Amino acid sequence: MPALTLYDKLWDSHLVHQKDDGMSLIYIDRHLLHEVTSPQAFEGLRLSGHQPWRTDTNLAVPDHNVPTTNRENGIADPISRLQVDTLEQNCRDFGITQFAMDDPRQGIVHIVGPEQGATLPGMTIVCGDSHTSTHGAFGALAFGIGTSEVEHVLATQCLLQKKMKTMLLRVNSRLGPGVTAKDMILYLIGQIGIAGGSGYAIEFAGEAIEVLSMESRMTICNMAIEAGARAGLIAVDEKTVDYISGRPLAPKGTLWDRAVASWRELRSDPDATFDTVHEFNAIAIEPQVTWGTSPEMVVSVEGRVPDPAHEPDAGRRAGMERALAYMGLEPGTAIADIKPERVFIGSCTNSRIEDLMAAAEIVRDRRVASSIKQALVVPGSGLVKREAEARGLDKVFKEAGFEWRESGCSMCLAMNADRLDPEERCASTSNRNFEGRQGHKGRTHLVSPAMAAAAAVAGHFIDVRRLLDS
Amino acid sequence: MKKFKKFTGLVVPLDRVNVDTDAIIPKQFLKSIKRTGFGAYLFDEWRYLDHGEPGMDCTQRPINPDFVLNRPEYRNASILLTRSNFGCGSSREHAPWALLDYGFRAIIAPSFADIFYNNCFKNGILPVILDEAVVSGLFRKARVVLGSKLTIDLKAQTITGPHENMIGFDIDPSHKQSLLQGLDDIAATLMHSKQIRMYEEDRRKEAPWLFGEPA
Ligand code: SF4
Repeated sequence: MPALTLYDKLWDSHLVHQKDDGMSLIYIDRHLLHEVTSPQAFEGLRLSGHQPWRTDTNLAVPDHNVPTTNRENGIADPISRLQVDTLEQNCRDFGITQFAMDDPRQGIVHIVGPEQGATLPGMTIVCGDSHTSTHGAFGALAFGIGTSEVEHVLATQCLLQKKMKTMLLRVNSRLGPGVTAKDMILYLIGQIGIAGGSGYAIEFAGEAIEVLSMESRMTICNMAIEAGARAGLIAVDEKTVDYISGRPLAPKGTLWDRAVASWRELRSDPDATFDTVHEFNAIAIEPQVTWGTSPEMVVSVEGRVPDPAHEPDAGRRAGMERALAYMGLEPGTAIADIKPERVFIGSCTNSRIEDLMAAAEIVRDRRVASSIKQALVVPGSGLVKREAEARGLDKVFKEAGFEWRESGCSMCLAMNADRLDPEERCASTSNRNFEGRQGHKGRTHLVSPAMAAAAAVAGHFIDVRRLLDS
Repeated sequence: MKKFKKFTGLVVPLDRVNVDTDAIIPKQFLKSIKRTGFGAYLFDEWRYLDHGEPGMDCTQRPINPDFVLNRPEYRNASILLTRSNFGCGSSREHAPWALLDYGFRAIIAPSFADIFYNNCFKNGILPVILDEAVVSGLFRKARVVLGSKLTIDLKAQTITGPHENMIGFDIDPSHKQSLLQGLDDIAATLMHSKQIRMYEEDRRKEAPWLFGEPA
């Protein structure tokens, strides 16, 4: 038997048909849906008269457009409301399970899948959303698809795919205290670049990954797409199995034992070869802050905004200059001198209970600085919110001056009412700092939850380790 | 899906790397439940000086005269020439829908983001990958020779123009076929229904927990 990577194993076990040029039909085990990328797919089904191939693999939840306040009154924006209502109607018409806005299980689709046990090792998982890479943390082949493909999966339970190349990112040693998975993935993107993973499925491995919790592993895989890779992967271990055990959609009884036995195979063979391998040392990673309009434009919190004049490549130099102009920053500015006006703790990258606990630890017995206009905490799901409240985190945040909201995508992409005003600067735990992402002309700095909390209480970016020591 | 065989069009040079899907079509326009009508909002934040919202009459909005698509010499361009990693970011198919609705049928770049690249083929847009140096050459000419048109022949896999030596390009046979014939992917896949059923039968034995009903 040749030695196989985890990706090879997942690919082989889902291959239905392969054409001569390598284009293949692969079977899809789980299809997650949300309101933004599905309406045209359902419309397509209606027009062509196709029925869903299977209904039980689909799970839908509205997340992008939902308000994070006053949910009893429904959605004020009529266009957003129509989109959310359309999802509900489509799910009803086609017999698909949906967690509606008032369901306590509602939340960001990539938080909800793992939380419900809808995300299982060994699965192929797709969703009309690029951050579907998140689910790769469970040893599943998970990636984002377009709306035509959403329709294709609904109608055929398969996708047309070419096999990706494989990349191994091995991260040795361990992160230092106060440095998180978010810092690690931002650092890795800074190293390989936002197109570094283009065409690849990236497997994350090494001691620094093995010691991470499942929630932190999800943060890592979530941002694989920000390195250009459609899919991120992490091998199955005890933590994976423990996390899934007892979840509503997890297998039960003797099926559970069989499932776990098969999941234990879901790791790259020791002598498997990857198309590309990069090694890093976790101990070298410091808390990270992005300074530009792409996730690769990132430095350590102790660093400075770089000077485009030192960039030899003309294209990159122009990109840096444009980013600095957009961000309203001068080269050489100390990151610690940058003052955000808003703070957003949320998104499918960082809105799980562990993220909220890490932020709350910094915020406890402190106050949001008077220069901060708004500090938001948006839990990833209704269930995360409930657990946080049971732990008293809502009080910690509210006493410090944060707003405590209902779950959804919120200011990660500002499709609902939560958004930046032009030229406002935000410390955000989300995953994209693209122009206009958090609001027209808004300026986003990506950071970890603890770093966002630290910026909120200090009124400027600050190395969170300084607050942990005191 | 629209077929793509041989196409001649005016080239517009968009000289930026890493053009992301939020730039191609900002999120406020994703609230639509239709596939059409996105063209007026393509590159909205760059094309107009004000903030766009769905439903706005774009003919009344202040235009950014510096943005290349707004320059008179590039009006009615239908081939977009751009830099590496075009279409990075989200999976939103609204990005190719907006490009198509505006009138683009082909995009030439040194590289594309994976999901975007794939989405183009589903919508009859041909993404052409060329070497960085060749793309730079095309940029020079598009700037100097105003109104220059290119002809893209998918069958022959060539690009020709009045000031151009013939340029060849690579493309997957499957992608090529589907564009040439305007194939309906779903109908084609359903021809394999039997195979899919057989796969399911085997898989159900191996991994029965994947075939349970959700709560
Ligand atoms: S939280 Fe942000 S990145 Fe995640 S699914 Fe929602 S909009 Fe996309």
